[in-house]
Amino acid sequence: MTIKNRHSVFDCRRIFFLIGGLEAILIRIQLWKPLNNFVSADMFNELLTMHGTTMIFLAAMPLLFALMNAIIPLQIGARDVAFPFLNSLGFWTFLFGGLLLNVSWFTGGAPDAGWTSYVPLAGTTYSGDHGVDYYVIGLQIAGIGTLLGGINFMATIINMRAPGMSFMRMPMFTWTVFITSALILFAFPALTVGLAALMFDRLFDANFFNPANGGNTILWEHIFWIFGHPEVYILILPAFGIISEVVCTFSRKRLFGYSSMVFATMLIGFLGFMVWAHHMFTTGLGPVANALFSIATMLIAVPTGIKIFNWIFTMWGGSIRFTTASLFAIGFIPTFVMGGVTGVMLAAAPADFQYHDSYFVVAHFHYVIVGGLIMGIFAGLHYWWPKMFGRMLNETIGKITFVTFFIGFHMTFFVQHFLGLLGMPRRIWTYLDGLGFNGLNLISTIGAILMGIGTVAFLINIVITAAKPRNAADDPWEDGRTLEWAISSPAPEYNFAQTPLVRGYDALWKEKMDGNKGMTPAEPLGSIHMPSPSILPFIMSVGLFIAGFGFMYHNYYIGAAGLIIMFACMVIRSVKDDHGFHIEPDELQGKGVKA
Amino acid sequence: MSAHSHADGKLPHEPEKATLEGRNKVLGFWLFLGGETVLFGTLFSAFLALRHQVGEGNPTGQELFQLPLVALATFLLLTSSLTSVFAIQAMHRQQTKQLISWLVITVLLGLGFLILEIYEFYHYVHEGHGFTTSAFSSSFYTLVGFHGAHVLFGICWISLLIGQLMKKGLTVITAPKVYVSAMYWHFIDVVWVFIFTVVYLMGKVG
Repeated sequence: MTIKNRHSVFDCRRIFFLIGGLEAILIRIQLWKPLNNFVSADMFNELLTMHGTTMIFLAAMPLLFALMNAIIPLQIGARDVAFPFLNSLGFWTFLFGGLLLNVSWFTGGAPDAGWTSYVPLAGTTYSGDHGVDYYVIGLQIAGIGTLLGGINFMATIINMRAPGMSFMRMPMFTWTVFITSALILFAFPALTVGLAALMFDRLFDANFFNPANGGNTILWEHIFWIFGHPEVYILILPAFGIISEVVCTFSRKRLFGYSSMVFATMLIGFLGFMVWAHHMFTTGLGPVANALFSIATMLIAVPTGIKIFNWIFTMWGGSIRFTTASLFAIGFIPTFVMGGVTGVMLAAAPADFQYHDSYFVVAHFHYVIVGGLIMGIFAGLHYWWPKMFGRMLNETIGKITFVTFFIGFHMTFFVQHFLGLLGMPRRIWTYLDGLGFNGLNLISTIGAILMGIGTVAFLINIVITAAKPRNAADDPWEDGRTLEWAISSPAPEYNFAQTPLVRGYDALWKEKMDGNKGMTPAEPLGSIHMPSPSILPFIMSVGLFIAGFGFMYHNYYIGAAGLIIMFACMVIRSVKDDHGFHIEPDELQGKGVKA
Repeated sequence: MSAHSHADGKLPHEPEKATLEGRNKVLGFWLFLGGETVLFGTLFSAFLALRHQVGEGNPTGQELFQLPLVALATFLLLTSSLTSVFAIQAMHRQQTKQLISWLVITVLLGLGFLILEIYEFYHYVHEGHGFTTSAFSSSFYTLVGFHGAHVLFGICWISLLIGQLMKKGLTVITAPKVYVSAMYWHFIDVVWVFIFTVVYLMGKVG
């Protein structure tokens, strides 16, 4: 469960993405005409809750984590991440948290209080069944995985860089992952507390959010958004990093304004913690708070604007190749700008009283999350696929994916701006005829189906590619600039036979420009120490899964048993030394003495 | 890499940072404590937001809290932090026996703290201050209980490490474990200082 099979774990994350996408399409089918009765109102609430929760926590973040896992050690010239055991534990807790959440479909109702799970709606008074319990416990377990991932990537990037890889020589993707990991570290514990408090309220009759006994419902909003707003930057920053890598590779140019990009990333990360109350303008915090949060929010447009211009200037004068990855990156830029502009509109507190809870908000955040993050993930998957699996994705199908997804995306969400301005509220099950919503909703639904077709095209591409021989070159795009393109595709389990010596920013590109065949090794060829795979992370996650069910159904023996399984695994892990194994130099022969 | 220089009976000067694994562990643990800070910060915020929501007829903090008892608990926990410093100093002098003795004292002091806390909670429940009584009581037990659970975890963890030290001795593998457990112990100590101030002293003042 260490490096060896870190790429094969990809699949379940895609399945969660497909589940979330299917839920979206069901939502859109329900809304395609007025007074439709395709799904019931209760089912609709479950679908929209699970769509949001699945996409954010179980699809978008894990897909990013998969890319980080595959690419970050390669980009910094490391053999592995700092904590392979935690890496595996994070993956399994994420998987079992996600499973627990989705089991709810079969046990009498999924969570239905929205992905934000606002109280009192999510309290026992209005959500008496177990739906929200699944939300609270499933996310708690999955959240452990995310937090461990954040710590792991930070420690990896700080401690494991190859000789010469100073911070200001790190590739942009590594930088954004570093900042994102810091955001995870400081944002997720707030969610942990929020979920724990809601769980105590629901399962053990605590009074955090119960006004009858002095609880405070606004407290949930604050706790949720002080996590929730950094969360959206956790999602988008790695996408920024991917776009930076793809844009310069396919423009055959150095990233324009590298240091300003680094600074802008830090600034976005910092400001991301200062703006949570802009989700609460209509809560009634008062004009001073609203004004401050309004201005802080608008400030974020500045570093984001720096990034947009830097990407455009990188392309300017470059010899651009229009591969699928490149197309997704180029499509990302105007799409994300549109999402950013509506973001600034929403940041104006007085105007937000009009936009709040309307489809305008839905359009805005889908422009930044789908148009930003998902396009970034698609770009990254097409770009790094040969490095992860040793096979090039089919470019023709890739371009079909891009065209259908891009057009479908704008069809779905562009019209939703106008639906919002016309007054259609979000999260609504159906609407009456004659309100002027019909045509736009129909267009939106057709667009959603088109996006579905694009996703299916991508899946077909994966299947077709998997049947082809592993023949991707080390540097399949021929213009690779960073260290991952210096080693074979797919990367060997030890990544680098010899740790490379980094002599400048864009380490591989520098060697190419100096006429060298590859990286200069920084160490002699020697035996490589590898950690042993371990089954414990899996068992620990199963323990948490069992404990979750036990507490949910007030069966404390089962709950305690699950926790005992987990703690027993922790004891075993502590007591049993992992001596790992060594790969000897003669086993490395022929696999490239090059770094 | 494999600086298992235990063979000649000599450890490097700072055995916890002798290997890359050790350095990763120490750094990763510092980061983890950063996350823990946010965790307790959020718990404190929730408590501060709800601490006046006592409800009709329920005992207030002013009536409940008995500073002598809490002061004794504080004294035990702060002393245990000092003894864990002595333990790390013994580790750096490579005196395994002293290291183990100081860790045992640390664990005993932690146990004393925990027993006082359990007695305190038991007493409060009898006074009509249960977990479900009011928003004040829920947030009080959650904050102080989270801390207590951390102490309990620390006691089990350090006890386990004492066992490992007895069996395996001080090596470049056990040293980082002891070191990060001491970091953890200091952290829960610092959290307690804030709990003592924010919950008990401010609660007594009203």
